[in-house]
Amino acid sequence: MTLIRHELKQSWKSLAIWTAAIGAFIMTCLLIWPEMKGQMQGISSLFSSMGAFTAAFGMDTLDFGTLNGFYGIECGNILGIGGALFAALAGINALAKEEKDGTAELLLTHPMSRAKIVTDKLIAVLLQIIALNVVVYLLAVGSMAVIGEAVPWKTVSLLHLAYFLLQIEIACICFGISAFLWKGGMGIGLGLAIALYFLNIIANLSDKAKVLKYITPFGYAESSDIINNGGIAGDKLLIGLALALAGIGIAYWKYSKKDIR
Amino acid sequence: MEKRAIAAEELTKFYGKARGIDHLNLSVGEGEFFGFIGPNGAGKSTTIRTLLGLIFPDSGKGQVLGLDIGKDKKEILRRVGYLPSDNAFYTGMKVKDALKLSAGLRGKNCNVRAAELCGRLQLDTEKKVEDLSFGNRKKVGIVCALQHDPELLILDEPTGGLDPLMQHEFFDILQERNRQGATVFLSSHVLSEIQRHCSRAAIIREGQVIACDSVEKLARSNARRVTLQGTVRREDLPGAKDWTEIGGTTSFLYSGDINELVRMLSKTEIRDLTIAEPDLEEIILHYYGKDGEQA
Repeated sequence: MTLIRHELKQSWKSLAIWTAAIGAFIMTCLLIWPEMKGQMQGISSLFSSMGAFTAAFGMDTLDFGTLNGFYGIECGNILGIGGALFAALAGINALAKEEKDGTAELLLTHPMSRAKIVTDKLIAVLLQIIALNVVVYLLAVGSMAVIGEAVPWKTVSLLHLAYFLLQIEIACICFGISAFLWKGGMGIGLGLAIALYFLNIIANLSDKAKVLKYITPFGYAESSDIINNGGIAGDKLLIGLALALAGIGIAYWKYSKKDIR
Repeated sequence: MEKRAIAAEELTKFYGKARGIDHLNLSVGEGEFFGFIGPNGAGKSTTIRTLLGLIFPDSGKGQVLGLDIGKDKKEILRRVGYLPSDNAFYTGMKVKDALKLSAGLRGKNCNVRAAELCGRLQLDTEKKVEDLSFGNRKKVGIVCALQHDPELLILDEPTGGLDPLMQHEFFDILQERNRQGATVFLSSHVLSEIQRHCSRAAIIREGQVIACDSVEKLARSNARRVTLQGTVRREDLPGAKDWTEIGGTTSFLYSGDINELVRMLSKTEIRDLTIAEPDLEEIILHYYGKDGEQA
């Protein structure tokens, strides 16, 4: 418990900044939505004539003129990228930061097993992601209520759930990588998150690359699919969960026998 | 057999091809004030880090307080206080929070002991750790290592940055703990420190313990520091080391037969002569050092 509390104390500032930034972005977009709504009909038809570009962001099958469509695309980009970056950073730093900052010797000479340290740090990362998503979710539905729109509960909840799971997956994969690092891996974490995002865009652009959707979590967190199908693709999600569990397993395996520098 | 606080048998650790320690043997009895001496890179920290489970040995066995360093690591850490050489702390924490964190990770309330130690070491607990000088940060590490009343204290280069007054207070505390039954394992390259405080010591060189004995015996090899005024020729004294001639004064370490020395000196004209016991520093430098053979 002490270690979890300590971890949260150490990272609350970063968590607050990321939450505020993502939350503010989503709120702003929603608050200007009533004004944009009228102009959207035209934009939708414009987008639909832009071919590959619209497909890349799933805008070919979403209607920008509806709150669902607008929110799917907007939420997909802001919470998708922002959340993924935050999750990647939280995961990649969790174990590696101790050696990078020279505090590993202090922490690991206290009477705790390596497994316990991995567990507590993992819980702290997951708690941060939960906190970020709960706050952002509340801000989103709150903003919808403020602009007087009926909240599309099912769609909004599904979208946020998908992005939440995406963040968990990325955090767990980065957490596994973190166990191998001793210099901090911000570049690796951010690079991985962005690479996964672009894998999905490539998959959207080319039918031959559709298989990539099974590798990247952005594949199951695709707003257009979720809105059009009314659910999250189970097969892709299962692969994602398996990758997350693999990341966690690797973290335990590696960290338990790691030589601390 | 006497109970042992630390026992290492053929402990070996290589970092890739780089040698950390190489078939190291070490035995420290419970209740000892033990010194661990060696130059930088000899393997002092590797030994300590292996004993504390921070790194895993390639081969060999190790026991701390009778417990196996592999499978009983948690219990060992519960009963040991460790002061790392470059003790880093989390940023943004006040001293009192850092001490509380350490106690909390041990699941122990150490407030009373912490306050007492901070008082004696004159450590301001309201300051942020990163704003402290190196010496004051060292004090935070010392309190962390001592506040839970460990049975074994492992201190890696503990006095760096401490002013002489604080060093004195620090060693007073260690002596008290030692009298109360705690074993003290002091790793250092400051020999005077070891000579003054430790009862036994081990000398480590290139990953191996090359000598382990009481500090008196380590220092009282038959070597003598001979200083004289007059003319002597180095060729006449094959056992002499560290030969210096300044003005008319010649000084050297002599470890051969003392009778031969006297016979040789009687043949020459000398105006002044002192023969003294060298200090541990000289002994180690010239008899356990890289160029010296084992005394």
